[in-house]
Amino acid sequence: MSSLWARVEPLLARVSKPARYIGCEDGAITPRHAPGKVSWLLAYPDTYEVGLPNQGLQILYNILNERDDAVAERAYAPWSDLEGLMRARSVPLFSVDTHRAAGDFDLLAFNLSAELVFTNVMNMVDLAGVPVRSAQRDEHHPLVAIGGHCAFNPEPLADYVDIAVLGEGEEVIGEITDVVRAWKASGRTPGSRVGVLRELSKVPGVYVPSMYDVEYDGPALRAVTPKYPDVPAVVHKRTVADLGAWPYPRRPLVPLTEVVHDRLAVEVFRGCTRGCRFCQAGMITRPVRERPAEQVRTMIEQGVRAGGYDEVSLTSLSTADYSGIEALTKGLNPAGCGTSEQLTVSLPSLRVDAFTVGLAAQVSGGRRSGLTFAPEAGSWRLRQVINKLITEEDLYGAVDSAFSQGWHRTKLYFLTGLPTEADIDTLGIIDLARNCVRIGRQHTNRASVTVSLGGFVPKPHTPFQWFGQNTTAELRRKVQLVRDASQKAKGVQVKWHDPSATLAEGITSRGDRRIGAVMERVWRSGGVFQEWHEFFRVGRWEDAMAAEGLSTDWYVHRHRDEHEVLPWDHLSAGLHKDFLWQDWQDALREHGVEDCRWTPCYDCGVCTGYGIEHVVASPVPPAGGSQGTGQDLARGGEVPVLLSKRPGPVAAAEGSPQSAAPVAAGAEVVA
Amino acid sequence: MRLRLRHTKVGKVRFTSHRDTANHWERAVRKAGVPLAYSAGFTPRPKLSFGLALPTGAESLAEFLDMELADAADWDPAVLPGRLAAALPTGYEVVCMEPCPPGSASLQDAVVACTWRLELAHVSPAEAEEAVAAFATAEEVLLDRERKGQRRTDDIRPAVAGLAVVDKVVAELDGVARPVVSAELVTVGRGLRPTELVAALFPHLDALDVAARVLRTHQWIDDGGVQRELLPVDAPRLHALAGCA
Repeated sequence: MSSLWARVEPLLARVSKPARYIGCEDGAITPRHAPGKVSWLLAYPDTYEVGLPNQGLQILYNILNERDDAVAERAYAPWSDLEGLMRARSVPLFSVDTHRAAGDFDLLAFNLSAELVFTNVMNMVDLAGVPVRSAQRDEHHPLVAIGGHCAFNPEPLADYVDIAVLGEGEEVIGEITDVVRAWKASGRTPGSRVGVLRELSKVPGVYVPSMYDVEYDGPALRAVTPKYPDVPAVVHKRTVADLGAWPYPRRPLVPLTEVVHDRLAVEVFRGCTRGCRFCQAGMITRPVRERPAEQVRTMIEQGVRAGGYDEVSLTSLSTADYSGIEALTKGLNPAGCGTSEQLTVSLPSLRVDAFTVGLAAQVSGGRRSGLTFAPEAGSWRLRQVINKLITEEDLYGAVDSAFSQGWHRTKLYFLTGLPTEADIDTLGIIDLARNCVRIGRQHTNRASVTVSLGGFVPKPHTPFQWFGQNTTAELRRKVQLVRDASQKAKGVQVKWHDPSATLAEGITSRGDRRIGAVMERVWRSGGVFQEWHEFFRVGRWEDAMAAEGLSTDWYVHRHRDEHEVLPWDHLSAGLHKDFLWQDWQDALREHGVEDCRWTPCYDCGVCTGYGIEHVVASPVPPAGGSQGTGQDLARGGEVPVLLSKRPGPVAAAEGSPQSAAPVAAGAEVVA
Repeated sequence: MRLRLRHTKVGKVRFTSHRDTANHWERAVRKAGVPLAYSAGFTPRPKLSFGLALPTGAESLAEFLDMELADAADWDPAVLPGRLAAALPTGYEVVCMEPCPPGSASLQDAVVACTWRLELAHVSPAEAEEAVAAFATAEEVLLDRERKGQRRTDDIRPAVAGLAVVDKVVAELDGVARPVVSAELVTVGRGLRPTELVAALFPHLDALDVAARVLRTHQWIDDGGVQRELLPVDAPRLHALAGCA
């Protein structure tokens, strides 16, 4: 089918930021479509600025386009101004690479990194001219797929998508391509759609919701069972054993217009074993797999040279935990760039400790825009409950280090509405912030601290999946408590996330299939871009829940018991349910667990169940070691771990050990 | 040493903003390894300065920028344009480049007028002729427009130094003949945007529909009372560049 560009072009004079719709990025591919090739439209259900930097999408885009039997293009959610014009002039959703109609692809594959984008998925499928409900699609329509972290509970979208992919996509997209290619070769005959879906359900990691029956017992779920004997009772996630085998994206996309993370990104490891109990990402991406340091260096050099970037972000869930971090950051320079400019390194997710701040200072190229720490809870007791074992000393050491090295502003991230949280814990947030300002004022009069407060949403596949989320009123009360206390705290500002958006996130994150109709109502009443406050109205969600006869209290605020069937019980991230329950009980007893990367296994189920192991680049843990181990892992002690098989120098760090943090604390620092 | 460079910006890349263009150049000079001078300070920036902003959505055969090379920099005038072109996004071409005499006025200050080629949709060549003729003979043309968030009515006639229907082309989308207007618009004082001129020519139509293609072809400076072009290119070359647009 021909390009829609001639019809899209006249619309672009009338919309904001038209550069989001033109493609043409450095690294973009102009694929050759052919009848024998499986065509994927990799879609991100949010704006171009948010979606373009997404690494998962770029990785799959490269891998698919390297295959002889596949092509991949990209699409992003059009902003409301363009969507209005498209609907008025019957222009369907299009790819940005060749402006091809979305409905002409074999697969529409959405990357879901947040629950509130679910209504955008419906909107984009509809804008593609494809029926939103999977049951209404036939052999002419593309297969609608979802992947990404939110696909670990795809049940709210079960009636709207054809397949959900659990876990990492590098390998499984090839297997899906094979099945779809065979379907195309057979002529996509009438009625063949159900056949291809049944074939896809046999691919490990692929969940086909329409192949399962769901039984309810009043509001409760009784069982989700396969309709056919060859459909698996439990679908397990896919995990790449060796990240070193996948040096992707090989050609990072360099956007022509500003995007949220406008820098080269190189993923240094996947997985996290710190065990923060609120963190779904840390639970579902286990085990830890580091990229060999030499490969990281090569990817940086190639990416910088090809893209003309002056900044690189080393991404992971906790980059200071990368075992070769110091040696890596010391050796970086913009090789091949031929300029006098320094390469700035940003470390997006670090720990709260002085070592980490020192590292950030070293690599930030003099930029001091602001440093973010995430203690997450206001008291040591509550941090033990959530297993974020940062002591006050760690935080103060980090803040002292930051202010003494030229930062004027720090931001502290906290969650409120956590299990067992009492007002004394909530108010502890301001005590911490006030002390941080006091420390900062010893270095600069401009020292200020911003407290950023988010409402906690319990997530599937975490120890907190049984916990009843706080009501909107309770979250508002806690926010108010913090705001009132901040009035008397000089230099402390408070920002907070809208508690009513937290409610909508709660409805979707642990929802079952009945929530799909709720979201469809929200979407049909205009509820797109629900992550954007200008579009979010909680009334749409409340009305939709009422119209479907569903109780918010039952879905969101109720504590679950051990034996309740959860909507995602037939989907596995490898974590044993009894491990998660035990961890939940440990949480309630205020008992922390150690980081199993450097300490003995406590059998969460992932490594043993999948026959994979932690892979690290160096046998020496980074300075600061690991939270909650009680061990001095400051430096020098070898730890029995599986080393990456790929070549790469074993980065035995030299020099005097950093003394500041014998026991490191876990948290995130955004440099 | 300061170099002055003329480049094009045509095709899809025209939907990027002036600010985006600056980023494209910063990246391109890094990729091409151009030995630029950098500003002092914590975050050194390459010394690039840009001329008049091109409206987002408009194309151009006449964009200019100055780049300051590092003191000891070696540059080969035969090689540099090609290296830069290879490092730039599709749609940019380096047309010519030459050393800038010391003491030259900045690009922003030097330019007094621009010539635009406007391809018009939804009006016939005859209607265009009629509108252009009426405009040319008018003493005063009032346009209600917005500037810095304020609505005001201005006489825009003095801002138009030249206006003529020069050509017609057949549109790819619908096969209809579109008139092509050439307009010279002054940039000093309260300038006039090409879409504003179209709005004044066809007050009953939507200027965004009518101004189907907007292409800047020349930028003019005042050289001691004589108007001349910055880094001029000859007509055949200009025609060839326009062909890429």
